[in-house]
Amino acid sequence: MSVANRRGWLKGAVASAAGLWLAACDRISQSKRGMSVLDSAEDLTRRAQRLVVDRKALASEFSPAEVSANFRANGSTNPDDPDYVAHAAGGFADWELVIDGLVERPLALSLAELRAQPSRTQITRHDCVEGWSDIAKWTGARLGPLLDKAGVKREARYIVFHCADNLGGASDASGRYYESIDLVDAYHPQTLLAYAMNDQPLPVAHGAPVRLRVERQLGYKQAKYVMRLEAVADFAHIGGGKGGFWEDRGYEWYAGI
Amino acid sequence: MTKKLLVRRHSGVTRVTHWINVLALCLLLMSGLQIFNAHPALYWGVKSNFDRPWLSIGATEQAGRPEGVTKIAGHSFVTTGVLGWSGKAGAQSSVAFPGWATAPSWRDLATGRRWHFFFAWMFVINGFVYLATSLVGGHIRRDLWPTRAQLAPRNLWHEIITHAQLKFPKGEEARRYNVLQKLSYLVVALVLLPLMVATGLTMSPGVDAGAPWLLALFGGRQSARSIHFLAANLIVLFVIVHLVMVVLSGLWNNLRSMVTGRYAIDVEGERA
Repeated sequence: MSVANRRGWLKGAVASAAGLWLAACDRISQSKRGMSVLDSAEDLTRRAQRLVVDRKALASEFSPAEVSANFRANGSTNPDDPDYVAHAAGGFADWELVIDGLVERPLALSLAELRAQPSRTQITRHDCVEGWSDIAKWTGARLGPLLDKAGVKREARYIVFHCADNLGGASDASGRYYESIDLVDAYHPQTLLAYAMNDQPLPVAHGAPVRLRVERQLGYKQAKYVMRLEAVADFAHIGGGKGGFWEDRGYEWYAGI
Repeated sequence: MTKKLLVRRHSGVTRVTHWINVLALCLLLMSGLQIFNAHPALYWGVKSNFDRPWLSIGATEQAGRPEGVTKIAGHSFVTTGVLGWSGKAGAQSSVAFPGWATAPSWRDLATGRRWHFFFAWMFVINGFVYLATSLVGGHIRRDLWPTRAQLAPRNLWHEIITHAQLKFPKGEEARRYNVLQKLSYLVVALVLLPLMVATGLTMSPGVDAGAPWLLALFGGRQSARSIHFLAANLIVLFVIVHLVMVVLSGLWNNLRSMVTGRYAIDVEGERA
């Protein structure tokens, strides 16, 4: 083989190998089996992080000078659900947060009652799954004491957050935003139902009247427009069964990475 | 007269971990570009100052035609077809890195993350096996650590010149790595690749809670993301140079040595 021939052959071989390689990546991305193999890393990540990071370790907190001037609002920024629109128009005066499911004493708390609960203020970093970070000051009711007030039953393992926004856009409930966390994160001291952002009532774009702050996880876990908390033993029967709106669309349930 | 002598070049661990590394790094790069495409801008510091990324890739309209634009430290470069605006004729779209470079080829952050973290685990476990056996077994000390003589300025200069002339060591000299090889392998194995793991972990809010010193070390999460991107670029640069050197210094001999472990050197007839 001449040098030119050999070069041509080599180029062709490299090009077809690259093409095959790309096609293989795409085939695996579309196959259930392939993705279930890749998904196995999520469990490993969660277990490894839980093993090396103290469950009570606090996320870093920042100084007021580091608060973002222009905190980006992602996902729903203005829900069009009629009930929600009515609540927003009335300043959430008749709004109630429901805590039910596997609890001894189901609760319904007004915004004023929620503000009277044991609270915490923290300046933390919000990390979007897309890659950017913003910093804000959050004030809210600590979730742990609220759950104790309702009396979480022994068989409960997760808290599901049902939201007012229909991010999926479907006419039925399938597009409703929801999220879930386990009791380890629910009882973490920085886990809040935040009703204030940067010392102001939580704006609609950021989830008024109440959003979840579960620091140490990514932005899509920080459910906005929270209407109802449900203690459950399992979330397979809710939504797409993966524990959250974005989880049903392929994202990890454990969003600590 | 010279004869070819096959010498044992690479141990089994080196060979197996090398090829697993090739697979893992390739998919980490492709899925990493997919993840980057979800927010194609980089910042320094703790948070994202959206008005002031030091690097951004996007599309703008120029005289009614879309144009890919890459901005680095305030300078704009037109990168239509590759960065910012690319795709097959008629199906072009605004995407930072083109589909042929990402896993999967279409825009899909969720799937990109699945690929990335799976191969991140493979890469970390593989790298740990390599480093542990190479430290204990003496591979790093014996084969990769430069000798004092090799580090002498005269020798360094000599190696740079002969490399630039594409003259490669022959005979007995070819039995061991030259100093430029040693230094580049050491920098990649002990600095760049561990840096990728450390900056990757710093982007994890879960890890940050347990190891806030990582944030202090890299100057914040967004700085860690920038360093992760820059170090990935350096690794790509290393791989390109590495592949060119492999081809120029004897493709089949090099390939054989990384597959079977045996490497051919030319020796004087009497001694072979």
